[in-house]
Amino acid sequence: METSNKEIRRDKVINLINSVIEKVGAQGEISREHIYDELKSLHDIIEATRSEINATRATDISGTHIPTATDELDAVVEATEVATGTIMDSCEAVTEYAENLDPAHKDFLVGEITKILEACTFQDITGQRITKVVKSLKTIDEKVNHLLEVLGDKLPTHTDATEAEDTRSGDEKLLNGPQMADKAISQDEIDKLLEDLF
Amino acid sequence: MSVDKNMNVLIVDDYKTMLRIIGNLLKQLGFNNVDEATDGTMALEMFKNKDYGLVISDWNMEPMSGLDLLKQVRTLPANANVPFVMVTAESKTENVIAAKQAGVSNYIVKPFNAETLKTKLVTVLGDF
Repeated sequence: METSNKEIRRDKVINLINSVIEKVGAQGEISREHIYDELKSLHDIIEATRSEINATRATDISGTHIPTATDELDAVVEATEVATGTIMDSCEAVTEYAENLDPAHKDFLVGEITKILEACTFQDITGQRITKVVKSLKTIDEKVNHLLEVLGDKLPTHTDATEAEDTRSGDEKLLNGPQMADKAISQDEIDKLLEDLF
Repeated sequence: MSVDKNMNVLIVDDYKTMLRIIGNLLKQLGFNNVDEATDGTMALEMFKNKDYGLVISDWNMEPMSGLDLLKQVRTLPANANVPFVMVTAESKTENVIAAKQAGVSNYIVKPFNAETLKTKLVTVLGDF
């Protein structure tokens, strides 16, 4: 239904433009009021479209959603890198320890450590894949920004400068996933909060 | 001819974890003189001070990629023929062709295992 409305509006714009071109190019006297009315209709359609774009909060895509997504992905890369580093530290320690064992035990431990080292290559691959996703998101960000620049200051601004309304309720509203380090509260702060509450 | 496991080996990767993984696997294979570089430019600088018997390099690095490093190494008078193994996630046919044309000795696709690394090193260095 919505698609159909858009098609009707697009057809209307094309018809109006053709009509104005025809009238301006025609021989003889054409009412200026007539052309004005048609241009006014075009103006109204364009304004309605701008309002609809604004209602989608397109600026939020560039201003909030994409930066949040890229920050989260960067955090994933960082966390896996730190965790892999810790695993590697343990592998190196066990390998060093194995040097002092009898050949059978040493071979067993080194063999298992090798399997862990091989598995750790996942961090490189996932890191590269995530970097590709971040680049794609940044490209989308640029395209959205370009679109917003084209529309320029003609886009009506939101009356509220706050974030889009959170329509979730109950438990769902409390579930926001892991927090970024600069936004999370520490275990010490949680302990203190619990002490204060009870 | 036997492989000299005391040869200088240079591994190049911008992921420090990968440098550690490859370094550890090489150590298990008996190679103890292993240097590390985090991109092609750093690797080329290291060639100024030392000759290497083997280079194991990633492809996707900045500012100098592994492919550019390979091309540069092949122009170094003292190290033009050094065995150069590309270890990379780039696995398209055109990548392999470009690397071969630039003079790569062998090509390992990530993720890889210790057995694959050993097999490829035997191919380029000889049995050890």
